[in-house]
This record gives sequence, structure tokens and C-alpha cells, in this order.
Amino acid sequence: MLSMAALALRANAQDAAVRFGLTPVFLDDHAGLLKAWRAYLESRLGRPVQFVQRGTYREISDMLRRDKLDFAWICGYPFVRWRRWLRLLAVPLYRGQPLYRAYLIVPATDTTTRSILDLRGKVFAFSDPDSNSGYLYANYRLAQADERPAGFFSKSFFTWAHRKVVEAVAAVLAQGGSVDGYVWDTLEKFSPELTSRTRVADRSPEFGFPPLVARASVTHAEFDAMSRVLLGMASDGEGQDLLNRLNLDGFTPGSDGLFEDIDRMMRAVDRSDAAAPA
Amino acid sequence: MLPRLRDLSLRYKIPLRGSLLVLVTAAAVTLSLMFREYDQLRDDLIASSASMGRVLAKTLVTPLVHDDVWRAFEIINSPFHASGHELAPQTAEIVTVLDSRGMVYVSTQPTQYPILADPMRTNRDFSELQHAIDHYREFEPTVVEPLRSDKLYVVAPIVSDGVQLGSLVIGYSKSAFAPRFYAIAKRAGVVTLFVIAVLLPASWYWGQRFARPLMNLARSMEQVSTRIPAEAEVRVEESRDEMGQVGAAYKAMLQELREKELLKREIVVSERLAAVGRLSAGIAHEINNPLGGMLNAINTFKHHGSDDPVTVKTLSLLERGLLQIRDTVAALLVEARIESHPLTRQDIEDTRTLVLADANGKSVRFEWENDVVGALQIPSTLVRQILINLMLNAVDAAGANGVASGHVYHDSRDLHIVVANNGTHIPPERMEYLFEPFSSHRAGGHGLGLWVTYQVIRQLSGDVAVASEPDHTSFHVTLPLETQPA
Ligand SMILES: Nc1ncnc2c1ncn2[C@@H]1O[C@H](COP(=O)(O)OP(=O)(O)OP(=O)(O)O)[C@@H](O)[C@H]1O
Ligand SMILES: [Mg+2]
Repeated sequence: MLSMAALALRANAQDAAVRFGLTPVFLDDHAGLLKAWRAYLESRLGRPVQFVQRGTYREISDMLRRDKLDFAWICGYPFVRWRRWLRLLAVPLYRGQPLYRAYLIVPATDTTTRSILDLRGKVFAFSDPDSNSGYLYANYRLAQADERPAGFFSKSFFTWAHRKVVEAVAAVLAQGGSVDGYVWDTLEKFSPELTSRTRVADRSPEFGFPPLVARASVTHAEFDAMSRVLLGMASDGEGQDLLNRLNLDGFTPGSDGLFEDIDRMMRAVDRSDAAAPA
Repeated sequence: MLPRLRDLSLRYKIPLRGSLLVLVTAAAVTLSLMFREYDQLRDDLIASSASMGRVLAKTLVTPLVHDDVWRAFEIINSPFHASGHELAPQTAEIVTVLDSRGMVYVSTQPTQYPILADPMRTNRDFSELQHAIDHYREFEPTVVEPLRSDKLYVVAPIVSDGVQLGSLVIGYSKSAFAPRFYAIAKRAGVVTLFVIAVLLPASWYWGQRFARPLMNLARSMEQVSTRIPAEAEVRVEESRDEMGQVGAAYKAMLQELREKELLKREIVVSERLAAVGRLSAGIAHEINNPLGGMLNAINTFKHHGSDDPVTVKTLSLLERGLLQIRDTVAALLVEARIESHPLTRQDIEDTRTLVLADANGKSVRFEWENDVVGALQIPSTLVRQILINLMLNAVDAAGANGVASGHVYHDSRDLHIVVANNGTHIPPERMEYLFEPFSSHRAGGHGLGLWVTYQVIRQLSGDVAVASEPDHTSFHVTLPLETQPA
């Protein structure tokens, strides 16, 4: 009886859709691309796939931790913060490397700014408080100079998407913004009229590319199946097509070592925040 | 040099004024239509933007509570992106959210209105807007139209739980009305042009018609200084309006002038005749005295007798000459008091008999009418003298196969003698000297007949009128009758 029930459960799990969480990186607005990618995954996995999009990184990582999602494409910063609840599934290859940078962008009219520290008293745009390139790195730079955004900038705000940071800076709503370098480069490729109104004032060192993760409780079979599909994308035409549209070269299994720097920055910023007067 | 406007002929001035009136009226109507349309546009805009303001302000509550600048930015930009937004028939030029201190929270034009900046620095209009913000009535959107600004603003409070978090300012450029406004203006312009095209020729025509009688009058008046135009030459409006009244008054004035002129001439003529009369009477008197003496002397001499044939012949020659002088002088001198019986019908008939012989001799048809009955208190000898002179002249002038006529009648006051004829007439230039002595223009005439006639008429306190034109001459003598003693 018991085994029968377990079997039935297993069969259900086989039929149930794979729930795949997406953060508002730049994919947010690309319904066509997502539809094609989902169809690809479904055909390769032989299972229905359901993409789950949420407005913030936080919601996606929360859902992962509460087993509401099987997989998700998140950022290195939530990955290191919630490491215990997650398994590293794959890391995208960008320009051949599983690496990317954070960009400090300013309006194109600003030709002098070289560093975030030049923007004291200005209005600044972050993408998401759980983003490495859109928040953590900028915070880390300020913390190194013993500054915190609230005191350093006259005003800072979140746009909850990298693309919108570019828009805010392009409109000069903010005099500076911290953005995912991969997103900016991809936008430069697909929407140059937007990026041309901004200027990259500073580039961070390289960090591990925002990884694809699985909840810790996902079965080996499911994990392996998904891993196999993703890693194989670069080697079939259809997958290559999708990768082109994603402006990526492929996926690699990756390792925790890629995210060590992010982990270090997180600790530094946390310490700085703790030291800050309430 | 161009003629001055006020010197222009009425022929142009009236139509020009009419045209001006048409143009001014058309312009006024067009303008008022356009202003009405402008108001309509403005009301539409205010209504729609107030409702848009209300909606936007409500949506902005959450972002303001959460201090979500980007969300607020996206919300205020939404009317610009949603092109078919039914709430925004006119696209707003700027939407700005002010925080509770009146500083910029977020604006659709961040370069001009940076976050946290004082909007008054960029745009003085905001000082008036701030006044409206400080005095919201029941948290309802307010329309503000700052003086000396080309913008119109709708200000809406952003309120949560009765607390004002900030304000929404939607600015419209009034020049955004321009395209619609111009479209309306163009339509109005076309209609106006059409109306003008119809009205201008009409006003031109009516103006001309109105001016014409005035022009006729003016032209006629110009002539008056040189000569008085004849009745037939004067063309004036025959109507009872002011134009007609002026025309009638002008005609009456001309008639008066003509009469005055006539009177003046008559006075001149009669004064001259009087002067000539006095002169000839004086001369006649001076001649008559020695003449009487001379004739008496010759008479006496003849009684005493002398047989010298040369003397007798000389004396009789002298006597004949002197007698002729006396006759002539007698003719000049009209006898003042001649004993005479009252005039009867028969006296007049007698003159007819006398003249008829003459007329028959000259093959002139003589027409006669005698309306006198009974005896009239007027010296018959003098009347007969007048009649004979006038009728002989008429017969003479009528000539062979001509017609002459005589008509004598009377009323209670006057006796009238009218003698007329055809044939040779008296030319106007001779009219003035007609009654002067020795002014004969007739072979065998002495030129004394009318002179005597005139003197007699004057003596009887009467009057004579002459009218002469080719083929018709008439003399009309009016003699007052002595009032019969009761
Ligand atoms: N009825 C008439 N129609 C046309 N002409 C006239 C008439 N009566 C007078 N006249 C003109 O006026 C002139 C003057 O007339 P008036 O009787 O004084 O002199 P007369 O007839 O010439 O001579 P008389 O002294 O013998 O009468 C005439 O010679 C004639 O030319
Ligand atoms: Mg005569």
C-alpha cells in the first residue's frame, strides 16, 4: 500500500510541471523568447515547464526556499546568502566565461564621473536590493569609503530591473546607476538608442555570472535532467538559437568558487551596516 | 499724391464703409466663435485632465507611501505612453509630483525638475501652484492658470487617510491647443470669406445706389454758381425719406432762386423804364412850352396876314415841322388825366372791328373772345389804347397766314387782357429792352407802341407779363378794377 502510494506520488511528480523561477534580469519583457525557451525545455525534458516571474529577486529566492519552485535563475548575491537552501545547477557562459561585471552608468551628458564616489549628493538608481551588480557591489564600494547610500546620495531608489536602471539614468531621473554589465551590453546590442544616452563610468572586477540554481530538495533525477538539457543547449541548433537571443554562449556546471568574491563583499557590507548607527 | 480718404467721392466712400462694416462684422463673428471654441477646448481639457489627475493621484499613493520613485515615474509617464488614453485628449506637457514640502518628488522632465529640487527655481509658475496647493478645497483637483504663463495646470493632491502626501501637477502648454484652434480658425475663415464674397458686392451695389442721388445733387449744385439749372435738368430722388426731402428742398430752393432772379430783372427793367419815363416827361415838358409859344406866334402871324408867298410857304413848313414835334412829344407823354367813361363790352368790340380790318389786310386769322359784361370801373380810353397796340403788334408779328388772338375777361378784382400770336418771336436778349421807346425791330415801326402801353399800364397800377418762345408770344395785362363806390 505504502509503496503504491509512493509510486503514484512519483508518477504525479513526473507529470507535474517543472516550476522554473525567473528574476527580472532583462528577460522580463521578452515574452517571445521565454515562450520559445520554455517549449525547448519541455521538449527536451519531456515534461511541462512553468516559468514563474516575480517583480523582485526576494520573492523568487523566498519561493525557492519554501520549495515553491524547483529551479530558478537568480543572482550570485542571493545564491551566496541562501547557499544552504540551494544547489548550483549551471552558470551561463558569457563571452566564453562564466563571469560578468557590474557597471556604474551615468547620463551621457556627464563626461566627468569616473567612480561612484564622484556622485556624492546625487540621485542614484539601484536595480534590486538582492542584486549583486545592481546593489551589493555599489554598496561595497561605498562601504570601503565608509559611506552608506542613505547618507552619501541625496536620494536613491530601486527600479526592480536592470533595464529600468538604464532607463532611469538615460532619462536623467538618476545621475547614476548600478547595473548588470551583461544586461547593459545586451541592451547595447538590441536597443542602442537607449544605452547611447548613458555612459559606462566604471566597471567592476569580474564576478561569477548570475547562476541557475535548484532547491536543495530537488531529486537527483530532476536535477540531472535539467542540468543535462541546459549544458547541452550549446550543442544543438535550436539551443544555440535561444542562446544567441539570450546573448549567451552556453552553460557550464560552475562551482562555488566563482561566487567567493560576492560572498566576501556581502560580509563586508553586512559588517558595515551593523556598525552604522541605527 | 493720393487723394485723402475724406475727400473721396461718396460713390467710393459709402461702399468702402459698407465693406469695412462687413469685414468688421465678419471678423467679430469669427473671433467670438473662435473664443467660444477656445473656451470649449479649455473646458474639455480641464474636465478630462481633472479626472486624469484624480486617477493618477490615487495610483500614486502607494509609491509615495513606499517611497518608490521609479514606480511613481512610471505612473506619471503612463499618459504619455498610452497614446489612445481617453483621459488625455490633449497630451500633457509635463507631469510632476511634489512632496509634502513642495519639492520635486519625481517629474516626467527630470533634467528640468531634478528630484528634490525646488521647482520654483525652474519655473516661476510654481509659486502660484503652491498657493493653490496650500488652499485645496476638499482635496479636489484645481485648475491654475498663472498670469503671464503659456501653460495651464491641474493640481491634484495625493492623499492617503486624510493625510496629504504630496501633490500632482499636470502642465499643459496652451500652444497645444494651437492645431485644433487653427483648424477651427481656418474653417471660420473660409465661412467668413464666403460671407464676404456674398456681402461685399451687395454692399458695393447698395452703396452705389445710395450715393447716386447725392452725387446728382452735388453735380447740380455745382452748376448753381454759374447758372440756375432748369427744372428738367435737376434729377433728384423722388421719395419721402431724407434723401427725397433734401431733393425736394433743393428743388424748392432752385425755384425760389429762379423767381428771385426774375424779380431782380423785372425790377431793373421797370426802374430803367421809370427813369426813361421821367427823362422823356421832363424833355417833353421843356419842349412843349417853347413849342406852344412858337405855334401861337405862327398862328398870330398868319391872322395878320402876309402875302409874301415865300414867307407863307416857310411859315407853313415851320408849322408842320413843329406840329410833328408836338405829336411825337405827345406820344411820349402819356396823358395823365383823361376824362373817360367806364369800360363797356362795346368799347372792346369796337377795337376788334378796328384791328380786324388790319388783320384781314395781312391775311392773319384773328381769334377773339370777349368776356366783359356790364360796365367796369376803369377808363375805357386807356384800355382801348392798350388793346389796340397789343393787337396790332400781334397781327404784325404773326405775319401772312399767321394766327393772332385776343382774350379779355375779368374777375371781381382785375381786368385781364391776353393777346397772343405765332410767328416771329422776341429773342430773350431783347426782352429786357422791349418796353423802351424807339426799340422797333419792324419795318415802318416807331418803337413807341409798347412804351405807351407800358406807361398806361403803370398809370392804371397794372402789370404786364410777356412770354415769348419760337412761334408763340403772349402778352398778359392785369389791370386792377377801381372798387365800385357803394
Ligand atoms: N406780339 C408781338 N410778337 C412779336 N414781336 C413783337 C410783338 N409785339 C412787339 N413786338 C416787337 O417789339 C417791337 C416794338 O414794338 P412796338 O409796338 O413798341 O413798336 P412798333 O410796333 O415797331 O412800332 P409802333 O410804334 O408803330 O407800334 C416790334 O418792332 C416787334 O419787333
Ligand atoms: Mg406797335
